[in-house]
Amino acid sequence: MIRVVLPVPLRALAHVDGELALEVAAPATQRAVLDAVEARYPTLRGTIRDQLTQRRRPFVRFFACERDLSHEPPDAPLPDVVATGAEPFLIVGAMAGG
Amino acid sequence: MSGVRLLVGTRKGAFVLTADGKRRRWDISGPHFAGWEVYHMKGSPADLGRLYASQTSGWFGQVIQRSNDGGKTWEAVGNKFAYDGVPGTHQWYDGSQHPWEFKRVWHLEPSLTDPDTVYAGVEDAALFRSTDGGQTWQELPGLRGAKGHLWQPGAGGMCLHTILLDPANPGRIFTAISAAGAFRSDDAGQTWRPVTCGLKSRYELPDPNAEVGHCVHRIAMHPSRPNVLFMQKHWDVMRSDDAGEQWQEISGDLPSDFGFPIAVHAHEPDTVYVVPIKSDSEHYPPEAKLRVYRSRKGGHEWEPLTGGLPQQDCYVNVLRDAMDVDSLDPCGVYFGTTGGQVYGSADGGDSWSAIVRDLPSVVSVEVQTLA
Repeated sequence: MIRVVLPVPLRALAHVDGELALEVAAPATQRAVLDAVEARYPTLRGTIRDQLTQRRRPFVRFFACERDLSHEPPDAPLPDVVATGAEPFLIVGAMAGG
Repeated sequence: MSGVRLLVGTRKGAFVLTADGKRRRWDISGPHFAGWEVYHMKGSPADLGRLYASQTSGWFGQVIQRSNDGGKTWEAVGNKFAYDGVPGTHQWYDGSQHPWEFKRVWHLEPSLTDPDTVYAGVEDAALFRSTDGGQTWQELPGLRGAKGHLWQPGAGGMCLHTILLDPANPGRIFTAISAAGAFRSDDAGQTWRPVTCGLKSRYELPDPNAEVGHCVHRIAMHPSRPNVLFMQKHWDVMRSDDAGEQWQEISGDLPSDFGFPIAVHAHEPDTVYVVPIKSDSEHYPPEAKLRVYRSRKGGHEWEPLTGGLPQQDCYVNVLRDAMDVDSLDPCGVYFGTTGGQVYGSADGGDSWSAIVRDLPSVVSVEVQTLA
């Protein structure tokens, strides 16, 4: 079970509180996690990554284990502690806009 | 019992303002979609409970919301806006060609007859249509065929902000695009051509015969007379009596002919409202006095309407989609400001009062007259 933390605006959009807990088939990657998020919450399609290009939106960031994973390839394996649920995968609205 | 519902989009959420037919006491609900920019909300003329809203964010992109109960509850519907085929390119600031890229929905225009059919005007400029209540969207690509490769974004973005459906001719649609111009389709959106003859934009376009590139801010029509159009251009207030074939300037004695919104009285097709703004670089009222100007003669002669509006130290703007009328008698007129005020007049503009003063910056105001 992978734990995912959404930014507050997307929690409101998806009508969820707190962390998500999602089953993701191995190997756990960014793409697999986002596929699972969007499958469970279709209203989030297009809000984290572009629906056509599948690229991360410019002002969205992915953090885990006190690291910024935003620029990692989408098919790179996530850290083991994220894959096992020991640490959450954080989807963050970047500080932007002043 | 009659009533009025105002759909107010702001930089930080949506608000729904309702009153009975006297329009004295208002109930304010919101913010809906708190923290998100709501560029536009509009109700279906065929079903007063059916509303559509454009919810957008620089972080999280575009969401389309739909309500079936007049804005009490909402559900997110489809937000996939894919340009038809290979999107192609338009002109960029440096003269090069730039790919079309979807950014947001500026305007939603529900069909006059079918609550599940709705048009969306988007940035980068294009027209989309949904026939399933907003679940899926298809582009009407013929519009970008109207010299789209020559369109170039203005400072506010290359946005399609005006969609007018002709109630007398189901095949006829007008659209307007900032820094591109006005366009008309006579075949339900399949093919389009610019309708800009008579527009002069000599400070923006050196070619006096340019078909595209005019910065149209807003077009309004009265439903009883759809061939007569009123336009607030970047500079100049214009009128066409032949569905856009030819335009004449009607700025007349306005203190400034720069502005954004334009609206037509519900029962008097030649009574027109504008809100003059000082200039394209100073987006606030001339002399810091917030004045709506009304012409009862279809233009040329304008009177300032000031009762209840601030007449000193006022530096707000009124954006293109932020003015509308109800169809009660007497006609109500409403507008919202970048300072967060929504003003209303229940007597055709003779007197005004602030319905609410401290909303986030107002982007759009649409009115539903409730039976």
